[in-house]
Amino acid sequence: MAGKRIGVLALQGAFIEHEACLKKCGVEAVQIRKAEEIEGIDGLIIPGGESTTIGRLMREYGLDTRIIEKAREGMPVWGTCAGMILLAKELDTDEPWLKLMDMKVKRNAYGRQVDSFETELDIKDIGKIKGVFIRAPYVEKVWGEAEVLCIHDDKIVMVRQGKLLATSFHPELTDDLKIHQYFVELC
Amino acid sequence: MIEKGTFTVKAGLAQMLKGGVIMDVTTPEQAKIAEKAGACAVMALERVPADIRAAGGIARMADPAVIKRIMDAVTIPVMAKCRIGHFVEAQILEALGVDYIDESEVLTPADDKYHVNKHMFKVPFVCGARNLGEALRRIGEGAAMIRTKGEPGTGNVVEAVRHIRQVNDEIRWVCNLPDDELMTAAKELQAPYELVVEVKRLGRLPVVNFAAGGIATPADAALMMQLGCDGIFVGSGIFKSGDPMKRARAIVAATTYYNDPQVLAEISEDLGEPMVGIDISTIRPEERMQDRGW
Repeated sequence: MAGKRIGVLALQGAFIEHEACLKKCGVEAVQIRKAEEIEGIDGLIIPGGESTTIGRLMREYGLDTRIIEKAREGMPVWGTCAGMILLAKELDTDEPWLKLMDMKVKRNAYGRQVDSFETELDIKDIGKIKGVFIRAPYVEKVWGEAEVLCIHDDKIVMVRQGKLLATSFHPELTDDLKIHQYFVELC
Repeated sequence: MIEKGTFTVKAGLAQMLKGGVIMDVTTPEQAKIAEKAGACAVMALERVPADIRAAGGIARMADPAVIKRIMDAVTIPVMAKCRIGHFVEAQILEALGVDYIDESEVLTPADDKYHVNKHMFKVPFVCGARNLGEALRRIGEGAAMIRTKGEPGTGNVVEAVRHIRQVNDEIRWVCNLPDDELMTAAKELQAPYELVVEVKRLGRLPVVNFAAGGIATPADAALMMQLGCDGIFVGSGIFKSGDPMKRARAIVAATTYYNDPQVLAEISEDLGEPMVGIDISTIRPEERMQDRGW
């Protein structure tokens, strides 16, 4: 895995946690705040945070068009929580943002903060991990190329589409690096 | 097995708020402006700190109807304040379903000796601190997020700067101590020993630390971020200014691009009138909000 350089979108949210996980996986992690910084990275993580905050800054500073172009050229992108919302082609209430993945996502789907939770998940090809869900979204439906990797309590919480990955939960808030390693291998 | 209200989940929401701006709002319309400007959360209040300061008297938890209307207006997290030590106000806020409770010195304390036992709640708490000992006592009581106290409602950043510098200074001191001096350090700081050990291990506070109390401009926000804060609370600074939408957007951008003076220069242009500030030396000692908290 050495020699890979993976970007973490650092507009708002838990980007430092992802950076730390990537470093533990033995790859270089770089914070991305401007469109030109997207050149020369082997993959991009869109972290958890507030999707409206990240989405608005992404648009205002021209990162959205560059991310869409690079993803279409095959750059791997992984969105956690807010990142999942930003990758979806459809949202339940708002206008979608990057429209890259064939899925419809429901925001704040489990309720408010008092309904946030931890649980054990069983993920296809990866196995059991701890899932931390914070005001989390889930996927209402997928179509086309999207493949469901994890269902919890009848809700879709992890989807892969080619080199694009989306999780409702936050592996960066646990000590388990399995999903980060899975993503690094895609890059 | 699903576990709710764990410390991971409580501190986790604060981690998701990092690099963002939490704005004080008093109406659903203001909440929508804040959300549209890119706020990562709003604080639902009846009055902003500048008006609380001007009104005097006893400041209490907001009317639940005000909080509910704001919760209905936006999809971002909604916080609300309870008085220091007023655990029933906290119970009411939890029952309303707010996403975070600020046990805040902006309101008149309900207990002159004890804070709320925040471990008893599923909803997470943020508390103010002027120094490392105060921050660790609040974390010991269960706070999942810390903020500087500053001096609320003044539009004067000097106290917030003093508080973050104090906390950083004491963290550096703890990190340089040999392990066998940590118990005496805990005694001097009036902080739980285990948390002092944790600070030395991490080289920082064990939870997210935001700036609050006097931030009025994009440059103020960037200053606090460069001094090491994880994000920004803006109380009176936005809706007491001439053009709230423009100022709110600029402070959001400044919190992301805090290390980029070129961007900061661009977003600081033509923001209109900032809120009128107050010199700290003109505030009578009994009116200083930062001295509330034990």
